[in-house]
Amino acid sequence: MKDFIIPGQNDAWGNGIQDETDRGTPAHTGAPVTLTIDGMEITVPAGTSVMRAASELGIQVPKLCATDSLEAFGSCRLCAVEIEGRRGTPASCTTPVHAGMTVHTQTPKLRKLRKGVMELYISDHPLDCLTCAANNDCELQDMAGAVGLRDVRYKAPESAPLANHFEARDTSGAANPEWLPKDDSNPYFTYDASKCIVCNRCVRACEEVQGTFALTIEGRGFDSRVAVGAENFMASDCVSCGACVQACPTATLQEKSVIELGTPDRSVVTTCAYCGVGCSFKAEMQGDQLVRMVPYKHGKANRGHSCVKGRFAYGYASHSDRILNPMIRDSVDQPWKEVSWEEALDFAAKKLVGLQAKYGQKSIGVITSSRCTNEETYLVQKLTRAVFGNNNTDTCARVCHSPTGYGLGQTFGTSAGTQDFDSVEKSDVIIVIGANPTDGHPVFASRLRKRLRQGAKLIVVDPRRIDLLHTPHMGEGHHLPLKPGTNVAVVSALSHVIVTEGLMDEAFIKARCDLDAWEDYKAFISEDRHAPEATEALTGVPAATLRDAARAFATGGNGAIYYGLGVTEHSQGSTTVMAIANLAMMTGNIGREGVGVNPLRGQNNVQGSCDMGSFPHEFPGYRHVHGDEVRQMFEQVWGVSLDAEPGLRIPNMLDAAVDGTFKGLYCQGEDILQSDPDTKHVAAGLAAMDCVIVHDLFLNETANYAHVFLPGSTFLEKDGTFTNAERRINRVRKVMAPKNGYADWEVTQMLANAVLKETGGARWTYTHPAEIMDEIADTTPSFAGVDYALLEAEGSVQWPCNEEHPIGTPLMHVDGFMRGKGRFIVTEYIPTDEKTGPRFPLLLTTGRILSQYNVGAQTRRTENSLWHDQDLLEIHPHDAENRGLKDGDWVRLASRSGETSLRAKVTDRVSPGVVYTTFHHPDTQANVITTEYSDWATNCPEYKVTAVQVAASNGPSDWQQTYSAQAEKSRRIAAAE
Amino acid sequence: MTNDKMILMANQIAAFFNTQPGADQSKGVAQHIKDFWEPRMIAQLRAYLAEGGQGLDPLVIEAATQV
Repeated sequence: MKDFIIPGQNDAWGNGIQDETDRGTPAHTGAPVTLTIDGMEITVPAGTSVMRAASELGIQVPKLCATDSLEAFGSCRLCAVEIEGRRGTPASCTTPVHAGMTVHTQTPKLRKLRKGVMELYISDHPLDCLTCAANNDCELQDMAGAVGLRDVRYKAPESAPLANHFEARDTSGAANPEWLPKDDSNPYFTYDASKCIVCNRCVRACEEVQGTFALTIEGRGFDSRVAVGAENFMASDCVSCGACVQACPTATLQEKSVIELGTPDRSVVTTCAYCGVGCSFKAEMQGDQLVRMVPYKHGKANRGHSCVKGRFAYGYASHSDRILNPMIRDSVDQPWKEVSWEEALDFAAKKLVGLQAKYGQKSIGVITSSRCTNEETYLVQKLTRAVFGNNNTDTCARVCHSPTGYGLGQTFGTSAGTQDFDSVEKSDVIIVIGANPTDGHPVFASRLRKRLRQGAKLIVVDPRRIDLLHTPHMGEGHHLPLKPGTNVAVVSALSHVIVTEGLMDEAFIKARCDLDAWEDYKAFISEDRHAPEATEALTGVPAATLRDAARAFATGGNGAIYYGLGVTEHSQGSTTVMAIANLAMMTGNIGREGVGVNPLRGQNNVQGSCDMGSFPHEFPGYRHVHGDEVRQMFEQVWGVSLDAEPGLRIPNMLDAAVDGTFKGLYCQGEDILQSDPDTKHVAAGLAAMDCVIVHDLFLNETANYAHVFLPGSTFLEKDGTFTNAERRINRVRKVMAPKNGYADWEVTQMLANAVLKETGGARWTYTHPAEIMDEIADTTPSFAGVDYALLEAEGSVQWPCNEEHPIGTPLMHVDGFMRGKGRFIVTEYIPTDEKTGPRFPLLLTTGRILSQYNVGAQTRRTENSLWHDQDLLEIHPHDAENRGLKDGDWVRLASRSGETSLRAKVTDRVSPGVVYTTFHHPDTQANVITTEYSDWATNCPEYKVTAVQVAASNGPSDWQQTYSAQAEKSRRIAAAE
Repeated sequence: MTNDKMILMANQIAAFFNTQPGADQSKGVAQHIKDFWEPRMIAQLRAYLAEGGQGLDPLVIEAATQV
């Protein structure tokens, strides 16, 4: 174990914190307006509030109901000001600036008014500041001080108690009917009504920021109180995003961690390690104790918002299941043996070198992690290319967004989304296809919902009726409930309508696209067989519904397309991505704000892992290994000769393992046994290998087949960068020393050096991830301008970031496509080989839910499991009735690949003939069911279409019970000698 | 990998390029295989072709000569 390092002291790049002054109301854009406040002149954009203008001058007008993440409300009366020439004392939060206005924020009249207001507030608030969880972090406390409140005159007369909300009993001992007990039903925060000042900030945050509308104010006057429309928070529609807690100016809504630990004393800005939104958070600390994660207001991806995972589900980092010592074993039926790092690395290196000597240079490989940093991923792919001497590197993007890389690369010339997240604020029509943003990308979903409330139209293409369709106060919505596997036919039918009705953007096509390819495509898509009337029987989407949606998209203004794994994880995943690109090009929806093609990446660093050369056919920056010039450049930088042929993709590695030609694997931060399709085949592949090295936080399912376990570090314990779905490179900052002793980049370097010790190569000598980023920048044109100093100065940048774009590129393809002219590609619908029939009459599609993340390794080790403690099978009432199934029954789910058992959830959210489940729990192992069918271009598995049968069951299947026993046996750790 | 799986993968690629305009579809199949298949997979394809290539799409057979 290394010496404890106090984070920050050894880091020249600081904690990332910028000015966080709460200016009371949101910023505006508009013509400049000059006014005078307290004798000082200031110029601000029209529409700015007087409160905000004052704040820009450094004058903080007292406030309680105002905060700059919410629109002004004007209820607390504390922010009153005097304006020359106007009567009364208007609220500065709701009063916009005017040219020539003269404002006074401190006058005897205002002081008296504010003190009176505060006196009233405090008369109905407990005076327990010293023992309150928000002590020293309470705006009510601050304002009492700011207005100079020294006494509260409103006392209860001796004859009768004074009505209040904060005393459980009055002086006679009688119960106070106005008092409510604390609601601590939510695992992460409490609601203490006795401390509520009814400022409405929580209600407005739930509406304006999150868009759930779970909270309201019930009652009037003195009876007003925050209500959740259910027995308690946990039973309500609350999604536990934390926006209300963030907005609360008192301890009414308070994190339980703060109640337990006290207030934090330092903050470090870092990036969430859950989904591809890449939210910026402040890790608020006491020493090396994490107290809470608070969304960072200057975070450019999340703009100060969060979800239940990033905000609260960090407990896994200190969970007792974490493995902190390296372990080895000769065979997987033995118990693990804890050893020193040196022994473990020496054991692993000798095994790997021995396998190459016996089975050839290409007999081993790596899987990089989309949960680890860019720098770590870069090192892992470098390990296989420069140290192992082959290109056998792949990443979990293989099983999620590899078709995005191929499809967008072919059509646009680059393998990434075209927009930033801010872009959605300018969208007029939004297509969401094969994605469930409220669950998978919740913080982006909140921004999307905000735009829908402002009037943008929504078109959802999905077999399920996703929650986005239930956005409160949204306008026009279209649901195209297609049959799983028919994406290409549906998107082509949309294009058919647009082309045959002459709704395309001819000028854009003529100026920006390859016209020969367009003519070919136009002839193809105009054929009657692509008409919605012709595809209706195939896709299940009514022709009229589809025509309406196509017209809305083509004529509704800025059209944006967001898509997820419901597009890519098909045998035609790449073709659907191309069809989406065609749709965007033909409608001219590329190259400006509000439009674009936007893949919603699953994991935090899927984009980055792809950028960093994790795929077996390309170096960092998406450059094929065949290219002599690039390969020779890397040979010169790395000082070795490199393989010029593509390596094995994950499914190919497993096939080769079964064939006996692939014998060793270093798997960093992935759990392929649970996440990859056809579990039995994955298990067979792993079992056939002689050396499986798992580098992870926990003994995951893949580790059941491992010979070496190298403990991993969490995102809190290391420096680096993640790249999110909008190509944004965000800093990850170490807030505590690695509990396992080493950051993951250090472990990979030690493994590389252990192998190099055997083979005689030059040692790696990185001392900080910043040096790795410098090497990435030196070798990768799209990252050429990136270094940690720039990230510190800018907060984050979006690639390409180079001489041409020195502070990054928010929007792609503005003046032309990366490949020159945009290329239309003919997208013929080809049905999957996975067919329903008498034995397997239903179609299974899989996905994830809000509270759990991927294989659940992290979230299952948090209180998030209170929301989802098992995978459930959603089945339509008709299909359930035909099988005699009731809600909650155990059911047997079987496919051609295997079977498992889980409980049924009867719901019409799925269509008849379609069933749905998640894959978060290893007890279920949903991927026992999925097949080996995959995308034609990339081998991305066809998770979304599996023919299945469902029948009543008594409980877990024999396979589940056998697997569970085997997994338990495999996780044994021998007692220390 | 099993020959059945290899045939399926190769034929899927051919199925896409069969739908593309122009006269050089086999070139597209060949380039795709060269770009994405690891040498031992290509070797397996060649070996299978040498045994007759039963079940392979004619476009794959045509393309294999260019890989």
